[in-house]
Amino acid sequence: MIRANIYVTLKKGVLDPQGEAVSRSLQVMGYQGVQEVRIGKFIQIVLDSDDPEAAGRQLEEMSDKLLANPVIEDFRIEIVAGE
Amino acid sequence: MKFGVVVFPGSNCDADCYHVIRNVAQQDVEYIWHQQHDVKGFDALVLPGGFSYGDYLRTGAIARFSPVMPAVIEFARRGGPVIGICNGFQILLEAGLLPGAMLRNRSLTFICETVNLRVNRTDTMFTNRYAKDQILQIPIAHGEGNYYCDNDTLKRLQDNQQILFTYCDSEGRETEEANPNGSVANIAGIINEQGNVLGMMPHPERCSEPILGGSDGLGIFLSVIDWCQGVSRK
Amino acid sequence: MKELTYRQMGLLDEEYQQIKAILGREPNYLETGMFAVMWSEHCGYKNSRPLLKMFPTEGPQVIQGPGENAGIVDIGDNQALVFKIESHNHPCAIEPYQGAATGVGGIVRDIFTMGARPIALLNSLRFGDLENARVRQLFRGVVAGIAGYGNCLGIPTVGGEVYFHPSYQENPLVNAMCVGLVNRDEIALAVASEVGSPIMLVGAKTGRDGIHGATFASEELTDSSAEKRPSVQVGDPFMEKLLIEACLELIREDLVAGMQDLGAAGLTSSIAETASKKGLGVMVDVTKVPLREEGMTPYEIMLSESQERMLIVPRPGKEERIAEIFAKWGLDAVVIGKVTGDGMFKVYEGEVLVGEVPVTALTEGCPVYVRQGIEPPYYQELKAYDIDNLPDYDLQEALLQLLSSPNIASKKWVYRQYDHQVMTNTVIVPGDGDAAVLRIKSTDKGVALTTDCNSRMVYLDPYRGGKLAVCEAARNLACCGARPLALTNCLNFGNPEKPHIYWQMQNAIRGMADAARVLNTPVVSGNVSLYNESTTAAVFPTPVVGMVGLLQDINQRCTMSFQDEGDMIVLLGQIRTELGGSEYLAVCHRIEAGEVPDADLDEESRLIEMLLELCAKGLIKSAHDISEGGLAVALTESAIKGQMGFRAELPGTAEQVTQVLFSEAPTRVVMSLAAENLEAVEEIASRYQLPLTILGRVGGRRLMISNGGHMLIDLDLDQAAKTWGEALTCIMK
Repeated sequence: MIRANIYVTLKKGVLDPQGEAVSRSLQVMGYQGVQEVRIGKFIQIVLDSDDPEAAGRQLEEMSDKLLANPVIEDFRIEIVAGE
Repeated sequence: MKFGVVVFPGSNCDADCYHVIRNVAQQDVEYIWHQQHDVKGFDALVLPGGFSYGDYLRTGAIARFSPVMPAVIEFARRGGPVIGICNGFQILLEAGLLPGAMLRNRSLTFICETVNLRVNRTDTMFTNRYAKDQILQIPIAHGEGNYYCDNDTLKRLQDNQQILFTYCDSEGRETEEANPNGSVANIAGIINEQGNVLGMMPHPERCSEPILGGSDGLGIFLSVIDWCQGVSRK
Repeated sequence: MKELTYRQMGLLDEEYQQIKAILGREPNYLETGMFAVMWSEHCGYKNSRPLLKMFPTEGPQVIQGPGENAGIVDIGDNQALVFKIESHNHPCAIEPYQGAATGVGGIVRDIFTMGARPIALLNSLRFGDLENARVRQLFRGVVAGIAGYGNCLGIPTVGGEVYFHPSYQENPLVNAMCVGLVNRDEIALAVASEVGSPIMLVGAKTGRDGIHGATFASEELTDSSAEKRPSVQVGDPFMEKLLIEACLELIREDLVAGMQDLGAAGLTSSIAETASKKGLGVMVDVTKVPLREEGMTPYEIMLSESQERMLIVPRPGKEERIAEIFAKWGLDAVVIGKVTGDGMFKVYEGEVLVGEVPVTALTEGCPVYVRQGIEPPYYQELKAYDIDNLPDYDLQEALLQLLSSPNIASKKWVYRQYDHQVMTNTVIVPGDGDAAVLRIKSTDKGVALTTDCNSRMVYLDPYRGGKLAVCEAARNLACCGARPLALTNCLNFGNPEKPHIYWQMQNAIRGMADAARVLNTPVVSGNVSLYNESTTAAVFPTPVVGMVGLLQDINQRCTMSFQDEGDMIVLLGQIRTELGGSEYLAVCHRIEAGEVPDADLDEESRLIEMLLELCAKGLIKSAHDISEGGLAVALTESAIKGQMGFRAELPGTAEQVTQVLFSEAPTRVVMSLAAENLEAVEEIASRYQLPLTILGRVGGRRLMISNGGHMLIDLDLDQAAKTWGEALTCIMK
């Protein structure tokens, strides 16, 4: 079994309306130090596999095809546990 | 009596509620801007539908921290009638005035259509104009109206008879098919334990005039008016 | 400048030479970019302008014709409707959700920029074959994008159309229309009038979104299009909602001299258009523009297509009050420049002048190309195609096939995702009538709205097809009881540099113009989208018509649903047998050919007048025009919507039954009425010199059509309703 965390974030430079709205609200609530907020997705996947390399390639492919929208998003894969 | 319609940035059913209260139910009504700090002088409050703060982060999550909310919460604690419709319901959940949370619709799409709603109680300030088990036809319009709560909460809601409206078929049965969004126990609207805070996903203000295809929703506004004016029929 | 550079920006060699002649020197990078976007088809209409002159644009009802952000028509009582349709085709091919969302955002800004409260959205969509997974993904994404943006704004999406054809496989069409309501004395125009007035920018911060989107939108889609992905903009409907409320507040307090939205070509276009109308100049300092990203160049700032931004020219002395209102809505407004008197567009970076071009060179200076159209060989060939000797096809089976064709089947899967009721004005909701009808609160009036275009007909015969699009739109409004007032159009074609495509444009526009003239529905706004081609072929020519109509008394409205058992069903208009271009031929025989049925404009005009009289007198209970699927589908839809069957006897000989059932020839309406009103309706029909044929009666739970005693179709109502109602949902599951 291989467990992986995948972080999907908006590409640098792509407008993040959610982040902007949350950032403004945090400032209004008195958190003056807030410079920037970017909101992304966190996805956990468990794979029935014992080959971390193959799993990595597979996760890469999954992220590229489905989990992230390459037009506007980047992703980062973190393999956290395998046994 | 005087209603207040709370306007958050991104509210978009505020004018619709205002219209029904003023022109159909013929009552006084005023907008309450979210930056106001008090709600003095109002007899009932409506938190209208819409997309406050763009529904960003979580529906209702940011609006819940608006300057007006402490006053709304205080108003509710003192027993004043509060109706949260759609996004207003979501805000009430985030504010803790009602239990539970909203998930995305089971279909993962926004749904705008007219559904059947069963009235489960008529001895409340929101439903005294209806008959028990009456079936209302009321439009829904939401992407996140899939009501969720844990089993203990559900049991409490049931034991206290807080589930005011449920999605049903044309015969009044709470079937899986009649549940448009996947809500727990077909829940469409609930009240708090004291019975003065109502949250509902369907839009009564959209069906309060015959020209719009029906006026089943008007009873909610009229019930509150009757109750406030002390002429409740129960 | 390197040839590669200006060519990449979309300029031709001769255009670059022209720019050099205007400036008397080589333009720098920024200036070249400004010319490139302003001289793109999207902004400059350089290929279509000579053709657009054919359209009638005037009439007593017209307050504002083409040339502003949107057209305006009078609806009495000091009220007016502001409306326009616009394409966002290419962005949707790359990123369907955001492409569609920002398309909605753009058209909504065009409307409130004129001081109007947006009250309705419509759209006209074209996709490839739904068998294809990528097409389904595009369709799903576009619908979700329209929903995501429009629903959030709280503007109901009340109508539209969706068609599927392989010619749109790689190049979907996404046209969005917005309608606004304004008091005549609050109309705002995009004009800077006073030298020295500050220019304010408000709304979202500027990022590197969509740089060269305008030129991108004017190019054919090729494999390398995918690499241009960074130019896709992301929409922020929440910001737009704040802008709507804030800007309308400015208008109510009469604080602005000019207001302009930032759309294609960003600051460059909106500033140039604001200044050029009065021959003024402008200076702008790019360091004043609030940025979202670091290190942006003047070129990027001037061409950025970041969404949800507005340009405001305040009335003298009103800057402070304007800033106050924006602050209330949590928006920042900054002064980025001022109006000057020298006719020049000067771009500064702080103290340094980084670009300087004559304003009018960017706008009126845009070159115009009058091209030569050549009739394509397919035209005569398909027109002469023998459709009279087709193999037999079971009529009932044909009807079921048509009902489940995505082009005809219920579009509930689509409109269920759109909030079509917010604002509580929608009196005829999507699917219930030939057009959407909205009440205007505190009056008795109603407005009817529709979008129409049968692109297969336009392909087979652009002139006749163009006429048909206008006629159908007008007829749809009249079927709801509304008088057609004026139209907007979105002209979606392939590459105009190809003579066959240019021929399609010429003839379709001529056909639309002729119909618009006779039906008294002038063209008051519109948009042109060219280069809609994929690697293999152009899309079907698709000149979409968006039309608005007025009901003086909303209680006179009419839907398509049968109302009461025993009512008479009649056909108003000729019994026609032309099958050319029909959905029946396409679905049942896989043939897209034949002579396109023609519309007699005088007859169409009489039909519309008669429908209005019938509605005004309350003599009919339902009206549904005959279009895709012919008489058979029109009858069936009225039955399904009314949840009532019917029994009808088909006129004509036994040899003609297929043609009579499925012909899509125009100028015909299926109506139902109480038997006691038949005589009165017959009298009115003879006064309008229109034939009226009794078809049968409403009633029962079956759809029965016979001819000369032979039962041709005998279908269970519920089965028909299920076939028609669930086809699209099943495909999209």
